[in-house]
Order: sequence, then structure tokens, then C-alpha cells
Amino acid sequence: MSANGSPLVEMRNIRLAFGGIHAVENVTITLYPGEVVGLVGHNGAGKSTLIKILSGAYRKDSGEILINGTPATINNPRDAKSYGIETIYQTLALTDNVDAAANMYLGRELLTRWGTLDDAAMEDATRKVMGRLNPHFRRFKDPVKALSGGQRQSIAIARAIHFNARILIMDEPTAALGPAETAQVGQLIRQLKSEGIGIFLISHDIHDVFDLGDRISVMKNGRLVATARTTEVTKDEVLGMIIMGNVPPKLQRPEVRA
Amino acid sequence: MADVTVPVTTTAAPADPNVGWVRRFLRATEIDPRLIGMVVALVLIWIVFHILSAWRLSPPGTFNWWSGVFLRPRNLWIMSVQTASIAVMATGMVLVIVTRNIDLSVGSILGFVGMLMAVTQVQILPQYLGFGHPLTWIIAVAVGVVAGALIGGLHGFLIAFVGIPSFIVTLGGLMVWRGAAWWITSGRTVAPMDSTYKLLGGGPAGALGANLTWLIGIAACVLVVGGLALARQRKVRFNLPRRPLWAETLVGAVVCAVIVGFVLLVNNYPWPPIIARNYAQANNIPIPEGGLFIAHGIAIPVLIALGVALVMTFIARRTRFGRYVFAIGGNPEAAELSGINTRWVTMKVFMLMGALVGIASTIATARLDSATNAAGTLDELYTIAAAVIGGTSLGGGVGTIAGAVLGAVLMQSLQSGMVLMGLETPLQQMVVGVVLVLAVALDTIYRRRARA
Ligand SMILES: Nc1ncnc2c1ncn2[C@@H]1O[C@H](COP(=O)(O)OP(=O)(O)O)[C@@H](O)[C@H]1O
Ligand SMILES: [Mg+2]
Repeated sequence: MSANGSPLVEMRNIRLAFGGIHAVENVTITLYPGEVVGLVGHNGAGKSTLIKILSGAYRKDSGEILINGTPATINNPRDAKSYGIETIYQTLALTDNVDAAANMYLGRELLTRWGTLDDAAMEDATRKVMGRLNPHFRRFKDPVKALSGGQRQSIAIARAIHFNARILIMDEPTAALGPAETAQVGQLIRQLKSEGIGIFLISHDIHDVFDLGDRISVMKNGRLVATARTTEVTKDEVLGMIIMGNVPPKLQRPEVRA
Repeated sequence: MADVTVPVTTTAAPADPNVGWVRRFLRATEIDPRLIGMVVALVLIWIVFHILSAWRLSPPGTFNWWSGVFLRPRNLWIMSVQTASIAVMATGMVLVIVTRNIDLSVGSILGFVGMLMAVTQVQILPQYLGFGHPLTWIIAVAVGVVAGALIGGLHGFLIAFVGIPSFIVTLGGLMVWRGAAWWITSGRTVAPMDSTYKLLGGGPAGALGANLTWLIGIAACVLVVGGLALARQRKVRFNLPRRPLWAETLVGAVVCAVIVGFVLLVNNYPWPPIIARNYAQANNIPIPEGGLFIAHGIAIPVLIALGVALVMTFIARRTRFGRYVFAIGGNPEAAELSGINTRWVTMKVFMLMGALVGIASTIATARLDSATNAAGTLDELYTIAAAVIGGTSLGGGVGTIAGAVLGAVLMQSLQSGMVLMGLETPLQQMVVGVVLVLAVALDTIYRRRARA
């Protein structure tokens, strides 16, 4: 593996069922500092559910989460944030009725000396971050409901990267973006990676995942099919794993299988 | 992370010649068009009622504007006092509705804590402090506010932590607390109230007089101008876009003009001649030719309501708690995922609502100088109507304190106007009901067009 020492994140034998649906069934994945792990699989494979357990949105039925080798208790999003875990949700999870700055700082508002909201400082910082991600963005006063899909997505990304995350979860971060913005996000991911941040990247675009990822974990029907380094598998082999659940013979080693 | 300098526009969006001047004006001043709509509706209602009353009171076949009674200081002053209690509760109801909840129990809680406060000051405290003790009113009000907050907290706990819909919890509360109000004295009315407490309900003695009213009015103007200047200064410091200076000046000038107008109004309503004469005789003041003019000034309950509205606006707009309330209303899941403790915020909203009911109950029982177990009956409906007419959306996430206060004034104006017209109570109810539906219909249409 790329790093020596214990992984940044280790999710061991995670299980979660919604009623009768086994959304995540005995999944083990790891993430090292400065590493991008692509998480792929069909709709309904359980990717979002798995990372929502890490981000505190769902509580696992069983299994273990270790951060830097020590067991972590993550019961809600506040717990996850305290471990430096930031998430860009597939649904973006923005509050539509307030503006970009209010969304970016939601739950972590800047306060003035008198304990009141420091909207000016928050707007200023938001302008700076958004200037990097989406330089043409001007609608800082509008509720985000009025914004385009791409603009909303850049706010969700800005919120996740602004607070010095150590572990970043990106669930379909480029779904609503055009080619230029997607390329920008790719560049951003490389930069964050070089700063030592570990990233789980969920994407429909297998090219993106090969391009940016160090390893790929494939899920199907709630189970982990296999995890492989991007250098040791082809795109066709990954597609085979996604669609058929076929694990190529070279990967059938006990330590990479679930 | 890499430092990138970002060009920041320092002026508001450039004037677009294709946009009409109304819209450009609204954008420059950053005024909510719906607020203007409400003010226009209110002024129209006032003018119509004034004309109707003038027409009724003029000799048959003639019309004299000056014989109208609606827009006289006396009528407007009384209306302001009658609005105070509902207005106080409406400011809290805004936050309740913004979080996608409802509170049907406020009228019953008003009755219950009113009874508590009355018993405290009439039956319990005199045993220890004697009658007319200066602390009596303070203790009584504290009992009411704390009891209200506790009841609200209980409702909030059941809603937020147990997960019972607010409609059900507060529907239960509506029945329970109405019954409890009866139970305290087995239905007996408690009266009269402590002499100082009574002043909180208004009346000639429960108003501040001309000089104090001017002082408060001027202080309010200074506060408004100072607040605008301070906010602008912060934006300058961060080099953020801001309103053009003319718009800023206009907003400050209009608000100050409204304040001064209100001061002039309440200072032009004199005490009734008999009370003025008694007061003059008691204080050895010579009575001039044509009677003694002693101005009421702002009524204490109205001052309380305006103070509550100010504090609630501050809470809604300038505090973390207020921001979370709106975030929860906009998208509860997103708020939770942002790490907001949404349950605790919801519970606090209901506690705040309960405390405000305590204040409203003080005003209501002080004004009537008695507490009855029926006090506040139907107030929940008027409170919700005020908030909704004032632009609070039942879908959650949208609403303003100022709008709710205006909504309360609008409803009271309708009722006072119809009383002046001699309309029967059932007819009044029908009109208020129609106006409620009409207001929401207009708002819905406006919103749909704004989105398109
Ligand atoms: N909150 C939920 N309640 C019930 N079922 C859910 C919920 N979230 C996800 N599921 C189910 O769990 C399975 C995995 O879903 P998800 O994790 O969203 O898949 P993916 O992100 O890989 O497309 C699906 O069958 C989905 O219907
Ligand atoms: Mg998903």
C-alpha cells in the first residue's frame, strides 16, 4: 500500500439494513492519507449508504470504524466533522432558502465580538473560496434555490473543502457540472490529495475514477466485489465487476476480497 | 491552499435598462416587495374604513372626510393597544411555522398562565408582601413567562424528541391548558389586578405621556441610523457590495419618518376630559380655557410589543439560533447533516413561543384587569392568521417578524373597522376568514410568478 503506518480510515465489516433491504452487507474498505479511493457500482449498490455511515448521516447496524487506527464513535454528522470528515452529498444537502454564505457556514457560523452572526466576514470568505471554484459566480445575495445545478454544486464543494478536512467524501461531485467545471474539480482533487487529504470519490464516470483514483472499490447489491489498484486492472475488468460481479483471477487474493 | 486574488465587485449590480424602475428601486433598497404590498393593503383598508365611517356620520346625502373616525388618533391608539397581545405571539408563531410546525395551544396557554399570574398577585403574594408591593408585578410576570416557557418546552420536547407531530401535541395542549385554566380557580374570575401590573395593559395611566414618548422615538431613530451606518461600515471593511448611498439614506429616512409619525399620532390623543380634570385637581394644576390637554403617548403594552418585535427580529436575523431555525425550515435533512442539533433547536423554538405567550398573557389580563378561564379563546387562530397574512409560509423556511406584526395590525384594523361599521361579530369572523385565504392566495400567486 501507498503509506506506511495505519490507514486514515478503516471501515470494517460494516452492515446496514433498511427493513428487509441489506443496503450495505459486510463491507470493509480503507483509505490512506493523500489517497483517492474510487467507489463505483450500479445505482442502488449501496455506495451512498456506506459513505453516509462514515459521515454520520446513518448509524451502522454492526461493524467498526477506525480513524488513524483507533476506534471512532460516529453517531451523527457533528461526530464525523470532529474527526475532520467532510462530505459532499449526492443530494448536495443545501438549505434552499438561505444564501451561499449561510450554506457554506451552516453549523459553523462566524460570530462577531458580541456573539452575533458575522455575515460580512462569512460573505467575504465565501467570495474568496467561490472565486477559486467558480470565478463567474456573482449571486451571493440570492437564496440558493434560485441558482443553477452547477452553482449549487460548487457551493457544496466549497463548504466541504473550506474547513480543513482530513477526510473528504465526494458523492457524485460533478453530476451537475459542465466539462470545464468538471476538469476544475479534477484539478482540485489532485491539489487536495497533494496536501495529504484522503478522498473517497463516488462517480458514475469510470474514466474519472481511473484518472484520479489510486484504488477502486467496486460494490454490487450492498456487497464489496473487490478492491484493486487502478494500475493493476483495466476499465473493462472494472465494468465486468460492476455489471456481473466477476472478479478477475489476478485479484482473487484473500486480502483484497471482502 | 493556493492564494488566489479574486476581483470583487464593489457596487451593486449595474443598472439594467431593461428592468423597470420599480424593480431597480426594490433591488437598490433591498426591500421585500411583499412587505410593501402589505403596507399598501393596510393603508387602503384604513382609507376605505375612514371613508365609510365619514359617510355614515355625515348628514344624509353629503360627505365630509373630516367627520370620519377611523383615522383619528383615538381610534388608532386604541387599535394599537388591542393589537399588542396577538402581535407578541405572532412574532413567536413565525419561528414555529418557519420550522414547519404549528402551535394551536397558544390561546389556551394564555388563559392558563394568565390565571397563574392573577392568582399569584391577588391571592398568594399579598399574604407575604401585602397589597400593592412594588415587587408584586415583577414576580407575577416572571411566573407567567417562566410557566409559559416550561409549557412550551414540554410541547417542544414531545414534538422534537418523542417525534409526535406538533399539530397533535398542541391540539392536545389546546384542550389540556384550557381545562387547567378553569381548574386553578374552578372557573372563578380573578380580579382586580395589582395596581402596577394593570399599567402593563394600557389605559391613560398605562401610557408614557408626550415627553417620554418623544424621548423613546428619538432614541429609536438614533438606533436605526446607527445600525444602518454600522452595517454599512462592516461591508466597507470587507469591500463587499452595498446599497447605493441614496437607497441607504432613503431607508433610514422612511423608517425615522414612520417613527416620528407614530409619536405625533399617540401624542395627539388626549386623556378623556374627566380623567384629566381629576388628575389636575389632585395635582393642583390650573385647568386652562377649553380643557386640559394631557397626551396619552405610547401605551405600555404597545411599547412592549414593539420591543418584543425588535428583539425577535434580532434573534431571527442576527443569531445562530435564528439562522438554524430558517435552515431547518428550508431543508431539515440538510440542517441535520450540517451538524445542527435540529431537535434541540425545535424544542427551543417552542420554549420561546411559550415565554412570548406569557408576555402576551400579561398584556391581555392587565388590559382587562382580570383573569378568566376563557381568556385567549381563539387567539391561536388569530395568531396563526397574523403570521400567515404577514407572509409566513406554511411550507416552512419563509417568514418575517415585521410581516407578522403587520399581519396582526391588518387583522385588528379589519375588526375595528367592522365594529365601527356596526357589523355583527359572525360577519366579522367571515370577513377575517376570507381575508386570510385571500392573502395566502395572493402570496402563492406572487411566488409562482417570481419563480417563473
Ligand atoms: N433511507 C433509506 N431508506 C430505505 N432504503 C434505502 C435508504 N437509502 C438507501 N436505501 C436503499 O439502499 C440501497 C442502496 O442505496 P444507495 O446507497 O443509495 O445506492 P447507491 O448510492 O450505490 O446508488 C438501495 O436499494 C436503496 O433503495
Ligand atoms: Mg448514491
